[in-house]
Amino acid sequence: MFHPSHFAAVFLFALFASTVFGITQRDTPQRMFRYGIYCFALFVGSAIVLSWIMFLIAR
Amino acid sequence: MRGKPHRRWVRYSQKSMATGSNKNAAAAQTAQLGSFVYLPLIAGWLVPGAGHFLLGKWKRGALLAISIVCMFALGLAMHGKLYTSAQDVLDMLGMAGDLGNGLLFFVGRILGLGSDPVQVTVADYGTKFIVVAGLLNIISAVDAHNLRTGRKS
Repeated sequence: MFHPSHFAAVFLFALFASTVFGITQRDTPQRMFRYGIYCFALFVGSAIVLSWIMFLIAR
Repeated sequence: MRGKPHRRWVRYSQKSMATGSNKNAAAAQTAQLGSFVYLPLIAGWLVPGAGHFLLGKWKRGALLAISIVCMFALGLAMHGKLYTSAQDVLDMLGMAGDLGNGLLFFVGRILGLGSDPVQVTVADYGTKFIVVAGLLNIISAVDAHNLRTGRKS
C-alpha cells in the first residue's frame, strides 16, 4: 500500500492537477507552462497557509 | 455612452469565437478525421489523452495521459474506493467523478479494485485522487473537442 504523508499527497495532487490545468486552459506552450507553475504554487501555497491557520486556531 | 457596452460585447464575442485560422485548421482536421466531430471527445473520455493523440497533439496528450493515469493509479495504490452504487447524493457525485475516468473505471471495476473497505486516512485521500482524476479527464476530453472544432488552437 502506498502511504504518503499529507504533504506528499498535496504535492502529487498539485503536480498532476496543475499539469492538466496548464495544458487545457492556455493556448501556447510557454503560457501553458507558466499557468501550470502558477496553479501548482497556488495549490501547495494555499495548503501550507491553511495548515498554519488551522494549527494556530487549534492551539 | 450607450454604444460602448455594445461595442465591448461585440469585441468579447469575437474573441471567444473561433478565429479564421482556427476554422481553417478545423476544416483540415475534418478532411483528415472524417465528419464525426465528437470522436476526440469520446476517445478522450474513454482513454486519457486519446483525444489529443487523434488530433496529432502528441506531447499534450502524453502529458495528460501520464497525469491522469498516475493520479488514478496512485488513488488505487492508496486503497481508495471506486464507487459502485449511488445510494445518496454524495455517492452519486463520487460516482459521476469516477465515471469520468472512462475505461480505467470499468477495468478497475471488472478487476475488483477499489472495493476493499479500508479504514485509514490515506484511503480517503485515494478516493479523492480517483474522483479528481475522472474530473480532470473530462476537462481534457472537452479540450480535445475544442481543438477539434477550432475553438482552441
